[in-house]
Amino acid sequence: MRNLRLNSDSRRAARGDRAGALIRTGRILSRLGYLDEQFCQVEDLQDEASPNFAEEVATLFFKDSARLISNVEQALEKYPKDFNRWDAYMQQLKGSCSSIGASRMKSECMSFRDYCGQGNVEGCMRSFHKVKREHGALRQKLEAYFQLLRQAGPAGAATRPGM
Amino acid sequence: MASRKGLGDEGSAPVPHVLAVDDSPVDRAVIAGILRSSRFRVTAVESGKRALELLGTEPNVSMIITDYWMPEMTGYELLKKVKESSRLKEIPVVIMSSENVPTRINRCLEEGAEDFLLKPVRPADVSRLCSRVLR
Repeated sequence: MRNLRLNSDSRRAARGDRAGALIRTGRILSRLGYLDEQFCQVEDLQDEASPNFAEEVATLFFKDSARLISNVEQALEKYPKDFNRWDAYMQQLKGSCSSIGASRMKSECMSFRDYCGQGNVEGCMRSFHKVKREHGALRQKLEAYFQLLRQAGPAGAATRPGM
Repeated sequence: MASRKGLGDEGSAPVPHVLAVDDSPVDRAVIAGILRSSRFRVTAVESGKRALELLGTEPNVSMIITDYWMPEMTGYELLKKVKESSRLKEIPVVIMSSENVPTRINRCLEEGAEDFLLKPVRPADVSRLCSRVLR
């Protein structure tokens, strides 16, 4: 009986640890500016019919944004100083970032577009590098966050951190 | 194309069917999710061309919500085609855009758009809009 109680206590402690990790991860993502209120709006659309809606949208985002980043990369290579074209491609990526609440990535996209407006090639290249870096960082952090959510289960979803 | 059935009970009024048009898969998913959470039946397509094909076969679309900037056919061009059609012109059309360009907004409203929403679209925006347009 004592062993059962210990096992039960251990399980409770583990759930508590996971819930705590989930809350800390969520707050970090928000406090560091990776995600804004729009992500909360997406998470709030989850219900019994679509319990993993936010993760599904995130998956769509990373697939689509990888394609859009590739478009920009090819445009930078094939169409030198074609700022209108570069801007048009980046506008699509920026829009996608807005829709999921990827605020740091969006900020770098806007920076790139500003440099396009100035006709500043070096500035465009620098900010594009930052866009890619933010993209990678966000993917890592969101994957960790959703993994924690899965581990926490329905109870964890109920204690999902408000961002 | 993603479709979600309405949740109306048998015998009750039909659930409004909203056609969402956006070339961005992320935006399509989000707008479909917002509409679904408001208990609408949703069909989401990726282009104006697909939207017109669907409108040709689906008799009961209650509202169209479309992105402005899309390749091949913009939301404005889709709006014009809908309003030029005697069969489709009564369907309310809402335009979405990430850019706040007054001339663009006015042009759409003058062409008969019901409303113009700025992206990212929020559930509260859609809820207010649908309450006004559909109920």
